[in-house]
This record gives sequence, C-alpha cells and structure tokens, in this order.
Amino acid sequence: MRILVCVKQVPDTTEIKIDPVKHTLIREGVPAIVNTFDAYALETAARIKDANPGTTITLLSMGPDQAKDALRECLAVGGDEAYLCSDRKFGGSDTLATSYILSTTIKEIENRDGKFDVIFAGKQAIDGDTGQVGPEMAAHLGIPQMTYASEVTIDGTNAIVKRESDEGYDMISVPMPCVITIVKPDFEPRYPTLMSKRKAKKAEIKLITFADLESIIDETQIGLKGSPTKVRKTFTPERQKNTVRIEGEEPAAEAAKLVNLLSAAHIL
Amino acid sequence: MSFEEYKNLWVFVETEENKAKPVGYELMNPGRRLADKMGGKLVALVVGGKVENVAKKCIEYGADEAILVEGDEYYEYSTDAFAIAIETAVNKYKPAAVLIGATNNGRDVGPRVACDLKTGLTADCTGLDFDEEGANMIWTRPAFGGNLMAMIQCPDNRPQLGTVRPGVFKRPALTEGKEGTIVKEEIHVAADQIRIKIIERIREVAEAVNLQEAEIIVSGGRGCGGPAPYVEGGVIYELAQELGATVGASRAAVDSGWIAHAHQVGQTGKTVGPKIYFACGISGAIQHLAGIAGAQYVVAINKDPEAPIFAASDYAVVGDLFKVIPAMIEELKKMKNE
Repeated sequence: MRILVCVKQVPDTTEIKIDPVKHTLIREGVPAIVNTFDAYALETAARIKDANPGTTITLLSMGPDQAKDALRECLAVGGDEAYLCSDRKFGGSDTLATSYILSTTIKEIENRDGKFDVIFAGKQAIDGDTGQVGPEMAAHLGIPQMTYASEVTIDGTNAIVKRESDEGYDMISVPMPCVITIVKPDFEPRYPTLMSKRKAKKAEIKLITFADLESIIDETQIGLKGSPTKVRKTFTPERQKNTVRIEGEEPAAEAAKLVNLLSAAHIL
Repeated sequence: MSFEEYKNLWVFVETEENKAKPVGYELMNPGRRLADKMGGKLVALVVGGKVENVAKKCIEYGADEAILVEGDEYYEYSTDAFAIAIETAVNKYKPAAVLIGATNNGRDVGPRVACDLKTGLTADCTGLDFDEEGANMIWTRPAFGGNLMAMIQCPDNRPQLGTVRPGVFKRPALTEGKEGTIVKEEIHVAADQIRIKIIERIREVAEAVNLQEAEIIVSGGRGCGGPAPYVEGGVIYELAQELGATVGASRAAVDSGWIAHAHQVGQTGKTVGPKIYFACGISGAIQHLAGIAGAQYVVAINKDPEAPIFAASDYAVVGDLFKVIPAMIEELKKMKNE
C-alpha cells in the first residue's frame, strides 16, 4: 500500500502572545512545530503500516524551506520519504488555491512513482483552523473524503473509518483511493529513536517547484490571484471582561453570592 | 461571471434522520438581517429524507422561501449526496451567498461544494455582515487558536460561501402559521454515486453530548483531580443535573483519561456557544478560551486567584470547587423551592 500524509509546519499557537500595546500577534521566538493533527494523521498511517507489511508512507508539505524541519521530524516517526512543495508563486494561496497546488503535486508524485491508496491529513491546522484543505484536495482529485476520523483500518479495497458524531461515532466504509482527515485519536504519536532521528537528519527531502508542475498546473488558480477569498483585516479579539470577583469568603457564602448574582441578572 | 444573476441569501439547513440541526434555525437570524441589507430574499435550502416540516419551520423562523430537496438518499449524511444536492440547487437558482452551519457535516460538505463550484468559503465564522455597498459579505472568523480575528471577503466569485459556528446567533422568534413559498426540487442521487457506506451508528452515551447546542455547560478541568467529579455523585455531574446542563471538560481532564473526548471543549474539542459556561477547576489555556468565545456568560470557579480563566469570565469565584459547588447546588435547590 502507498499512503501519503500531508503535513503543515505551524507556529505553536499555545506559545503565541499578544502585544499589549499594538494588539498584534508576537510571532518572534514562537517555535515552529508539526501541526498537532497532522502528527495524529501520521501516527494513524504508521499504525496501518505496522499492520500491513509492505506499506510505504510518503510525506508532503507545502511551505518555505524551513518546513523541511517538520518533514524530518515526521521521517523519524514513520515516514519513508518526503516531498517539499515550495515556490514563491504559491505564496498567498487560500484554501482553494492551496488544495489545488497540493492535489497537482500529488498527481505529479503519482506520475513518477504510482498511485496512492490513502491520503491523510489532520482535521485542520492549528494556525488557520479552517479544515478545508483536506476536503478540497479530495474534490480536486475527484475521490471520496472522510473527515473527523479517529481511527482507520484497512479491509481489502476499503478503509474502515471511525468518524466522530454528536452522539458517539459512526463506522463508515470508504473505497480507496480516498482522503481521510484525522481528529485527536485515543493514542499519542510515537517517539523517534536515536537511530531514526539520525537517519531522518540525513534523508533527502525532494523538492517540487512550480517548474516541476508547469505542464499540469493552471497558473490562474494559484497564489493570491488564484484565491477567491481575501483577508481584508485582522485584529485581536477583545477578551477582557468586566469580571465580578467573589473571593475571600467561606465557600457557602461565595456560592450564595454567586447564585444570587446570577439570578438577579436573570442569567439563571 | 455576471453578478446580477446572483441574488438572495441562502441558509443551508442540515438535517439528519429527518431532524434539523438547530444551527440551521439559528442562521435565520443573521440571514434575515443580511437578506434585508442586500435587498434580496432569505431562502432556506432544506435537504433530507422527509423534512417538509423543517421547511415550514424555516419559514416560521423568518425565511421568505424554502427550497425542499427530499429523498431516501438524504436520510443519513453522505458527502456525495449532500454535495450534489447543494451544487445542483445553487447552479439552478444562483444565490449571492450561502450560510452553512459549522457542524462536522457542514464543515465536510462546505469545502467539497466550494471546490466543485470554484468559489471562496470562509470557515467557522463568528461574525457576518455586508460591506457598505451591500455587494460583498464580510465574514469574520477566529484563527491562531482564537488569538486573532480575520475579516474575509470573496469579491470576484459567486456564490460567497461560509460555515458559521453553532451557538453564536440566537434562534429568532417563531411566527406560527407564517406563510411562505415551499419549492419542491426533485434532485436525486443514484445509489452508486454515494461512494461511502455507513456500517454502524454507535450512540456511546445515553443522551447526546451535544455541547454545541447546549444552553448551559458545566465543565471540569485539571482541578477535578480525577474521574469521580464527572459521574453520579460527583460535583460536576450533580451541578449539571441541577441546572439541566451538559457536562464538558478541558483537554487536561480528557488527556488524563477522566472523561471521554466527546466532552472536550476547546480547539482540539468542540467550540461552544452556550448561554452560561461554568468553568470549574479550568486554568484557561488560550485553546480553551478560543473554544468558549461564543459563550454569553462565563462563570469560573478556581482555587488559583491568578488563573487566566478569570480574565475571560463574567463571574470569578476564587475557591475550592469541591466546597463551592455543593454549596451552589444547595442554593439552587433552595431557590427552586421558593
């Protein structure tokens, strides 16, 4: 089996602070990490590989040269080979343009080395939080999609997916090839070993640029120009509230005060 | 592309097993305002098994018109069937904008449709408006785990699409018996066009953990110290029972294995918009705050007077949750008896 895992390098959003004066994000010094959900997607793929000998995992990331670090991290925990899709022409792409570039890159890799059976990605990236690139990739490729999956096994030519629902979960069979996006599963990603780290450090990251795709890509569908959505403005949300503090009293007194306040304000 | 052809404001009303997801009705509220602002009609697109009653309700909630797409193939959700239904209707009637509830299914079908129609989709919006000319929607959404808000437009493509977070908008008042046109649209999807197969639907919990639609949520975090507070006899469970609330949890509590992931609120869990959110023993990591940004009132109970959750709360109780909550339950019981 051939599995592709899409990986995005993102700033660790838990480390992001707001400049109290300018009300902008302070990005300096924020560590770049592998998107949490992509790490879960890779672990899901690695588990399939463990259960199905002969399976290979190809990694694909779109981003600047720095994203190679993220790919190397993934090579150390299950990935067999890695591609970085990178070009100035790709900058400014929204989800539709990004998914178009990624799906075109996938076609190029498939032309070189053969079709993928499953394409994995995280349910969303923790910086953009859109969750749209996965399904849009599936639409570009014309293959089925399965989102919000917490567990995936393979049964013949189908993937059996445990998909989150409001009341519990659904077990769904989806024919391969398909795109599957992963939520937080019941397991944690594996750790690299010294050996796998060393190997990943030396591994070749294959680069795919616009020139490699030129014959199969439509330039009007990429970058800022090929993006239907435009960011008009960004701002930091007002989170400070006029907090009513209840403290320094016995628990029973505090509780009574709270309930009375909530009731007086018609909140309860 | 001639923009004049694209009229009206649509709300896609998701149904499952013949029942509408509440966010569909909620969206009639901003939908009405936006349709008036653009000078168009508010139209509900209702897709489901047998859901004419849902279409009628949409009209009672303020829609001028409902387009009704019915068929057995829509009784349960599949990306393929729902995408075909939405795309066929959109291509025929050409709405200027479509609002889609940002449920799991809405966030699944939205991008599929956007890509097939080659248009822009803004994810998980919390604010909706038109620009001054009334031509382009302004979609406001959180990013970077809620640290940043972005205003997005889709100026050169139609229709403009957006998924909207459940619970952000209040359901409008219902006018019983309000008249409106229901257009029955025959769109059918052949069995072999639906590529997936639902093997089994498992209800893990006796009642749905429907955090996204909950009016009141009582959430417990690291301060709960173990699984006991979440089950019968425990403080979180009992307070939720007393208030008719849904039980939530922070990532710390879920990661510790104290409660199932279905209860998790925050960036890796569910984003919620209840009337009241009780954060008990939750410190208030930025991801958690992002998940509760839609809450109307936040009440925090925490031992740590410096807990970041307090700055995001309307009512901050500094105290031991194991002592404060039982006292609260007693007070609530007293209030009920009066």
